[in-house]
Amino acid sequence: MKKSKGNNKNNIKLIVDDVVYNTQVNKAFLKRKPYEPLNPKQVTSFMPGNIQEVFVEEGTRVTEGEKLCILEAMKMKNIIMAPMDGVVKKMNVKVGDKVPKNYVLAELK
Amino acid sequence: MSIKIKTLDLKKRMQSALQGGGAKAIEKQVAMGKMTARERIISLLDPNSFHEYDLFVEHAAKDFDMDKKHLPGDGVITGTGTINGFPVCIYAQDFTVAGGSLGLMHARKITKIMDHAMNLKIPIIGINDSGGARIQEGVNSLAGYGEIFYRNTRASGVIPQISVILGPCAGGAVYSPALTDFVFVVDKISKMFITGPEVIKSVLGEEISMEELGGARVHSEITGNAHFFSESETECFEKIKKLVTYIPWNNQKKADPFPKKAPKTKQFKIDKIIPTDPREPYDVRDVIRSISDDSDFFEVQELFAANMVVGFGRLNGQTIGFVANQPMVLAGVLDVDSSDKAARFIRYCDSFNIPLVTLVDLPGYLPGIDQEHAGVIRHGAKILYSYSEATVPKITVILRKAYGGGYIAMCSRHLRADFVFAWPTAEIAVMGPEGAANIIFRHEIMNAEKPEEVRKKKVAEYKKKFANPYVAAAHGYIDAVIEPSETRRFVNHALEISAQKKELVPEKKHGIPPF
Repeated sequence: MKKSKGNNKNNIKLIVDDVVYNTQVNKAFLKRKPYEPLNPKQVTSFMPGNIQEVFVEEGTRVTEGEKLCILEAMKMKNIIMAPMDGVVKKMNVKVGDKVPKNYVLAELK
Repeated sequence: MSIKIKTLDLKKRMQSALQGGGAKAIEKQVAMGKMTARERIISLLDPNSFHEYDLFVEHAAKDFDMDKKHLPGDGVITGTGTINGFPVCIYAQDFTVAGGSLGLMHARKITKIMDHAMNLKIPIIGINDSGGARIQEGVNSLAGYGEIFYRNTRASGVIPQISVILGPCAGGAVYSPALTDFVFVVDKISKMFITGPEVIKSVLGEEISMEELGGARVHSEITGNAHFFSESETECFEKIKKLVTYIPWNNQKKADPFPKKAPKTKQFKIDKIIPTDPREPYDVRDVIRSISDDSDFFEVQELFAANMVVGFGRLNGQTIGFVANQPMVLAGVLDVDSSDKAARFIRYCDSFNIPLVTLVDLPGYLPGIDQEHAGVIRHGAKILYSYSEATVPKITVILRKAYGGGYIAMCSRHLRADFVFAWPTAEIAVMGPEGAANIIFRHEIMNAEKPEEVRKKKVAEYKKKFANPYVAAAHGYIDAVIEPSETRRFVNHALEISAQKKELVPEKKHGIPPF
């Protein structure tokens, strides 16, 4: 930071313990991701990878621990299992898909 | 054969080795806007001070036709020299030779010069510009990295270790800089990452440039992996030359003193910098410059977690580590990043006998789900740990607000500050007046006919009673309430009389800091 160039777009009011402070923000603060509560009915990828096999489709009844698909990541064939008993509401991936981390692979109901 | 002919032969051999990867490769290096490895060493060190070793080292790889290949110096230049007369060991990877790739002998050259640095108790500077492991050498190149990391760790806190990233530094290679004290990066030249854009693309299908993934700016502003950002290699070398003036050769020494010099009080008027309203921002670096010798302040990690300011300056001609909250950014709160930044700097100063001067003005820890989930408890604890652990002289000046956990964390008496001073503008309290009044007088406010009026009255009452330095002074938690203009005099005196400080720590192998 050479000098704060008086650009006001980063100026904010920050509240700590009910006191309002006039201040600026930094890049990391602007890049914060909003919090999303965990949804136990959504099955997400725990790391990025390729979908190698899919065992279920919409409407399939599954029990806890049943294989949903195989996520090939970091040279491992990771078995993605149903976290609970239920019915597959939506299968969001097909064989060959590349998925990022935390991608919703399947939704159960 | 006469000695003359033998000398000529030596000269011929040297000339060939000094060519590095040859004219074509050098041309490519220059086209990328980079200096060659040898140019870098020469521009960093004092003129004619560089002495090179292991120029004739050859790689010993046999597989994949490597035995038919000759790699001059095995892609790294090592030696010793001086910076402003300050002795250093140095190595620079030569990208023109097999992409600066790290094979067994390349690594041995580096570990040899690192061993020298440890034995001679002088700093080691590593200039990184390498495509990574030399795949043809297989597990031997991994062994090479491991040997370097081990030495980096052993040398940590014993001799200063400086890493300069002037090209790619990817995969395992990044861990050597990460283990060293200071990492220098240059815009558009430095690139650091564990997995590069290619891998990310093949796994994720996501495209990102090297610059966006791990360029100098990213590591200076977002990740905090880098400590000094420069626009050019020349600027970077100037910064390294400046840094070494502040630090000692090793942990048994003190940094060389400089002639004492008064601050530039015309430019930095200590009475005029801070607004008395604790909610208004200002640049705390101006306060540092208003007390430091010659108003000099050399900031570390300027662009990362700017809500905390750390860096070197001098008082009484002696190097000081300044740690200060920055009200201009995020109100100067403590958060995950700023705690990490300060904690590491405090431990650096403590390792190398550099007294700490802490300037306090913060509302506390940053509230937020992202902070809690990012582990602000664990990270915030680092600052408590490092201040409590530090045995160098610790002087604290509370400029304005010091609320709650923030007050404790910022080198309070309770963490064994040697001296704590407060300005008359200081507000040392369990929390900000609004928050405190809202809790203490909740029922009164809720049950009042005009709650807003009562709230305001109660806040004003609380402010009058507690938003000052005198409650803490009454308990002896601060040593003196001083006029801002007296800060330099008090701090200088405190440092003078703590010069012989020796604090015994309980016998232990090492602590378990909240990493």
